[in-house]
Amino acid sequence: MEAWFALLVGTFFTVAIYLLLSKSIIRVLLGVAILGNGVNLLIFTGGRLTRGVPPVIQEGADTLAGPAANALPQALILTAIVISFSFFAFLLVLAWRAYEDLSTDNTDEMRVAEPEEEPAPPLGY
Amino acid sequence: MDVAALTLLALSLPFVGALVAPLLTRLLGQNAAWILALFPAAIVLHFMRFWPEVSRGEVVTGGYEWIPSFNVSFSWLIDGLSLTFVLLIAGIGTLIVLYSGGYLKGHPQQGRFFSFILMFMGSMLGLVVSDSFLMLFVFWELTSITSFLLIGFDHSREAARRAALQALVVTGGGGLLLLAGLLVIWNVTGVTQLSLLMSFGPEMRASPFYLAALLLVLGGAFTKSAQFPFHFWLPNAMEAPTPVSAYLHSATMVKAGVYLLMRLNPVLGGTPEWQMLLPLFGGATLIIGAVLACRQTDLKLMLAYTTMASLGLLVMLTGLGFPHAIEAAALYLVAHSLFKGALFMVAGIIDHETGTRDVTKLGGLRSAMPLTFVIALAAAFSMGGLPPFFGFLAKEEIYYALPSLDRRAMVFAALAILGNALMFAVAFAVALKPFIGAKVETPKSAHEAPLLLWLGPALLAAKGLSAALLSNLTHELVSTPMATAIAGEPRKITISAIPDIGMPLVLSFATIALGIVCYLNLTRLRAFIATVLADIGWGPDRGFDQFMRGLVRFSAALTRRLQSGRLDVYMTVTFVLVAAVLLGAPLYYGELPRAPFFAGDVPLHELAIMAIAVIGLFAVVLAADRLTAIVSLGIQGFAVAVIFLLYGAPDLAFTQFMIETLSVVVLALVMTRLRLSPSDHRPLAQTVPDLTIALACGIGFGLMLLKVTGVPFDASLTDFFNHYSKTIAHGANVVNVIIVDFRGTDTLGEIAVVMVTGLAILSLVRLRAGSLRRIADNDPDAEGRA
Repeated sequence: MEAWFALLVGTFFTVAIYLLLSKSIIRVLLGVAILGNGVNLLIFTGGRLTRGVPPVIQEGADTLAGPAANALPQALILTAIVISFSFFAFLLVLAWRAYEDLSTDNTDEMRVAEPEEEPAPPLGY
Repeated sequence: MDVAALTLLALSLPFVGALVAPLLTRLLGQNAAWILALFPAAIVLHFMRFWPEVSRGEVVTGGYEWIPSFNVSFSWLIDGLSLTFVLLIAGIGTLIVLYSGGYLKGHPQQGRFFSFILMFMGSMLGLVVSDSFLMLFVFWELTSITSFLLIGFDHSREAARRAALQALVVTGGGGLLLLAGLLVIWNVTGVTQLSLLMSFGPEMRASPFYLAALLLVLGGAFTKSAQFPFHFWLPNAMEAPTPVSAYLHSATMVKAGVYLLMRLNPVLGGTPEWQMLLPLFGGATLIIGAVLACRQTDLKLMLAYTTMASLGLLVMLTGLGFPHAIEAAALYLVAHSLFKGALFMVAGIIDHETGTRDVTKLGGLRSAMPLTFVIALAAAFSMGGLPPFFGFLAKEEIYYALPSLDRRAMVFAALAILGNALMFAVAFAVALKPFIGAKVETPKSAHEAPLLLWLGPALLAAKGLSAALLSNLTHELVSTPMATAIAGEPRKITISAIPDIGMPLVLSFATIALGIVCYLNLTRLRAFIATVLADIGWGPDRGFDQFMRGLVRFSAALTRRLQSGRLDVYMTVTFVLVAAVLLGAPLYYGELPRAPFFAGDVPLHELAIMAIAVIGLFAVVLAADRLTAIVSLGIQGFAVAVIFLLYGAPDLAFTQFMIETLSVVVLALVMTRLRLSPSDHRPLAQTVPDLTIALACGIGFGLMLLKVTGVPFDASLTDFFNHYSKTIAHGANVVNVIIVDFRGTDTLGEIAVVMVTGLAILSLVRLRAGSLRRIADNDPDAEGRA
């Protein structure tokens, strides 16, 4: 089973990184969203796969007995999903504002802070 | 309190003074100097208690542990050498503080100036009493930094800024060489304390790393003590106010390099390399400094170049290895601090009272400033080596050291005579010429200096006389212990102010005669040197400018190359490195995972979900219009949620469903407001490398996951949570318990992140359109025009 997941995670990363290498800011954003899912799947599989049994303690029992899914990566991923969403939303709004102000979605043309023809640094003291 | 605690207190006193100086100055004006002078005076009194032990030739050590595991301590070493330095630093420091009170009277930043001077004093004291290497280095660099602050005190002038930076670059860079040298010594001997190092001389000199250690230490000492060709920062440092020139750049800081050489003489000294390099550089510095001093007309610059010459003479004497040379160095060092400090302060008085320091525009001041004239003459007599002043003793001892008839001694005797004669001429050009002859009109009408100004130089000049008259006491308390510490074996100094008839006296007469000739022909000499220098044209000072400009241009070009400002370049570099690490490391170490086994018994619906996710992914890349891309993004997201659901993670699945829905909605809302090009316009030449990098990274992550799942799983943390969720945290859902209980603080942080992001989004949305560009343009007037 792990081999299938490795293949799937590899595909997620390939697609995400291909999108991140784009010059179009919206494609970079899509790449960020997909990268988040890829990383989550990576952590999920790294914590080993168990089908069907959520890590919930049965009524009456004090401890989780028997085979169940690994709770620890789930807790980490839960945090990661929320954080990556807020990150994604922030980037999205940032990209939108950048487009409104700079009228471009091409990262090569966003050079207000680092202009192409930067003046030479002062040589005096 | 015991002696150790009192010593620590004494060493920290200047820093305490530096803290209170600005406030005191605000309250009392220049009279704060009287109170601030008590700090160094107290240090003098404290350290005088070591005189009995030190004059018996004993070494007093003490201190506290600092980082015991690294064998680093805050410890001091007090012997004849360091005690003499301490008394010079704190003693002259007392007078300098008083002098600064008069010199900068009414200056708006006088408090800051006092603060800097006291900080420097503390650093310099720490430097000369340091026993541990690390402490020595830290204080060494602190003197460079405080010197930077003091030279650049008048920071509104570009010349002062340049001089400050130059001094910092040269002496701070030398400090790094010193650090490297100390590390080499530490490696060879295994000790980190000077007091322990003294017995390792033979091992050090026999080590194959001896030359490396020597060159590195010399690099530190020569830059600090302004030896040719690193001398250029010292005359430029005269941009500082005169009290600084008198204190740092003649009496104390520039002697730190000489101090270091003297301190390490028992360990590194005595070898052919030592006896060649030190006299060579010292002798060159002596002659060049003395010649350049004659060229100047500015009183301070004349003195600065003779300081350089004197430092050269000291380095030369330390390295010669003749009998009496060490003794001569010890005497000359003390004499120089006294007379040069006094002369600098006299130059400051003349500048302060007449408004000019140009020796050609000064004359006939003796009637207006009789007291200053007497002080100047006393100091000049000492500098010229005339009896009965202390400088005479030092010079006689120098000529005792150079009596033999071998060629090396004769060369250095000739150098010493020439250098001393030129310095004699400069001494009287500074101390005699402005006072005699016809009265010359000066920018300010000259009158005698106030008490705060003349007290310091007067005491220094008087000290130069009394130290010579009471030579037995001076030798017992100062010179003999100092020479003993430098030589690393008992030495005795007996010379007195009453000259013996002999070779040294003959050489002295020759020096004085030559000096008088030079003095009388100074104008002609000056013109001649100026012509020669103009012919040479280039000097290390201009070289420094070229070096700094080159450095700025080079770093600007390098930065522009590394920081291209293009996002896709940064991304490409990042992911190439990621792929290289992910694929290179397992290949290099032979740690590739075993061939994957694609199990055939996977339920069809699971494979179908995976296939849907992959289809969603490819649809995002290949989508012809935005809406398709957005929807496809949703497809892969929901597929992932279903996978979570199938593998026992319902919490994740629900969150994922919700987040994916939100993402798609938000994305659709924003995207419809943009008029973007519908598809990916990557030319083939870019698609291929991008795809290669992405594939390499994807394969790398896949392989890593295979490798990770191939090793045995450590479930101890999971077991812990499974075991205690109910019993400790009273929750059945282990995932929820981890989130809200075991890792509750983490979750709090996460909520904070989400909240901050929300605020950031809100402010971005609310910012008026067009306002971002003005911020980016950094146009301060834009707000006013808007």
